[in-house]
Amino acid sequence: MSKIIGHEDNLNAIRVLIKKHKKNDRIFSYIGLFVIGSLAIALLVLFLDLVIDGYPKMNLEFFSNFPSRKPEGAGILSAWVGSALVLIVTFFVAVPMGVASGIYLEEYAKKGWFADLIEINVANLAGVPSIIYGLLALGLFVYEFGLGQSILTAGLTLSLLMLPIVIVATREAIRAIPVHIREAAYAVGATKWQVTLHHVLQYAMGGVLTGIIIGMARAIGETAPVITIGALTFIAFLPPTPVTDVAPFINFAWLEAGFTVLPIQMFNWISRPEHAFHINAAATGAVIIILTLLMNGIAIKLRYSIRKKIKW
Amino acid sequence: MAKKNPKISRALAKNIRRNFVERLIEIALMLSGLIAVLITFGIVFILVTESLPFFEAVSLKEFLTSTVWTPNFEKKNYGILPLVSGTLTITGIALIVAVPLGTITAVYLSEFASHKIRETIKPVLELLVGVPTVVFGYFALLLVTPILQKIYPDLPTFNMLGPGIVMGVMIVPYIASVAEDAMRAVPMSMREGAYAMGATRFQTAVSVVMPAATSGIVAAYILAVSRGIGETMIVAIAAGQQPNFTFNPVESAATITAYIVSVALGDLEHGGIGYQSIFAAGIVLFIMTLSLNILGQWTRKKFTERY
Repeated sequence: MSKIIGHEDNLNAIRVLIKKHKKNDRIFSYIGLFVIGSLAIALLVLFLDLVIDGYPKMNLEFFSNFPSRKPEGAGILSAWVGSALVLIVTFFVAVPMGVASGIYLEEYAKKGWFADLIEINVANLAGVPSIIYGLLALGLFVYEFGLGQSILTAGLTLSLLMLPIVIVATREAIRAIPVHIREAAYAVGATKWQVTLHHVLQYAMGGVLTGIIIGMARAIGETAPVITIGALTFIAFLPPTPVTDVAPFINFAWLEAGFTVLPIQMFNWISRPEHAFHINAAATGAVIIILTLLMNGIAIKLRYSIRKKIKW
Repeated sequence: MAKKNPKISRALAKNIRRNFVERLIEIALMLSGLIAVLITFGIVFILVTESLPFFEAVSLKEFLTSTVWTPNFEKKNYGILPLVSGTLTITGIALIVAVPLGTITAVYLSEFASHKIRETIKPVLELLVGVPTVVFGYFALLLVTPILQKIYPDLPTFNMLGPGIVMGVMIVPYIASVAEDAMRAVPMSMREGAYAMGATRFQTAVSVVMPAATSGIVAAYILAVSRGIGETMIVAIAAGQQPNFTFNPVESAATITAYIVSVALGDLEHGGIGYQSIFAAGIVLFIMTLSLNILGQWTRKKFTERY
């Protein structure tokens, strides 16, 4: 009899214990939700603050005016044109090189020290602080190659930053393609390059594109390396237009022109003591944020839809 | 003889050309692959050659042990310690914010969240990683510091606390995603074993999953330190650009990265000692981040090998 009572006591003790631990479970899931929720709210508040502060400046004139000493009339014309031109250079350098490296590492390289060497370097480059790329560009592009503080230099610098992103994205996209796709192409007599170009790359295109968009979004917001190469913070002129109405219709003089980019313009305005300039900075920040979030959003959406669509 | 089989010989000729083109393409691809190696060598080469004259003027002992960094004064002093102290203090504050928040987020996402919640939150975290740091710098200087000044009125406009906190928030998604990957890689059978013994989710997470994923979680922290050390714009904007040998978060200070930016913003005289000094600072930064990255990748790899 006493034994059974003891048994009852044990059961009760266990019930209490289970209840306590279950409570811990619930408490932690509330903590988790609270942490994530407050982070999300904090960031939302920050971005709203940026948009609200910058709202009075959000008009067409802001995009069509040069920066000026008077905060009211100042705009970001030279900055967004500069950003766009720099990105063109970055795109045309980083994309072919990054995709080619990715293809080489996944499709061509034989396992061994050489492939390992490249792989280790790519992994490390992704972790190098962006300002170090700025120092490399300052020493190499600006002075060693004599390219000066030009759009070309900035474009090359940002392409160094973008390269690891494109390489990694290309490799991941290629790795997901099953071998039988390649084998089918080989079976009808295609060469390795034909297999790669006509089949592997076609299927990998979505993933590669995702990497390119994310890389470009990062390049838009990068500030430190572009400051390091000595980009000017006050530019009140536009580079020569890339497209002309006389033959040969395209000129490359803009590559050598001085420039500024959106994040540098923002940095410059933050550093001024007057509040009016801070409003300009907020508006520029809102433009940058909207651009990068939009691009990243498209890239993430793209990745998820690929993951859903492809069934080998 | 040759006339008898013209088709085959033509096909062969075509084959030779085909093979040649294939070979050319392979070489071109290999050269593109080499670019990553070249960039690494380029970084080391430029940092070393551009700062060599600096180390002729300033002894390595002074550089590493002096606590005064005054490149703009008449009596120039080049001791890297004030820049290192600023870098470490701000990174430390960032970690105090980011490690608990990042870890909780990772545990929640990996062990508690339903599939639907996870699929919603993960892309949002990825989005946050893409926010440019200059924008975070704006928040640190014009939003977070003024709020902190209401709590602690003596806080100067430029301080290490504000940028440290903002940097911490910036790093949270980074820690969360690496740590979550590590925890998700722990085999389901281990969790099931714990559940079978009557453990709750929380008990399983803390005593089974986290210990099994330790190296992956530690790797996340190490990589986060490396990011903090290399972060530039937040500190350049909000921490002030005055080198100051202190670990006190409510003082203003400069980091290695902020110093490089402040010199680059001025007139750079190519070959001057100011120009060379940013490369010397760059070497220190590069060595710090590179060793952390290698350590982080190594710990992470050790983890994946175990299962």
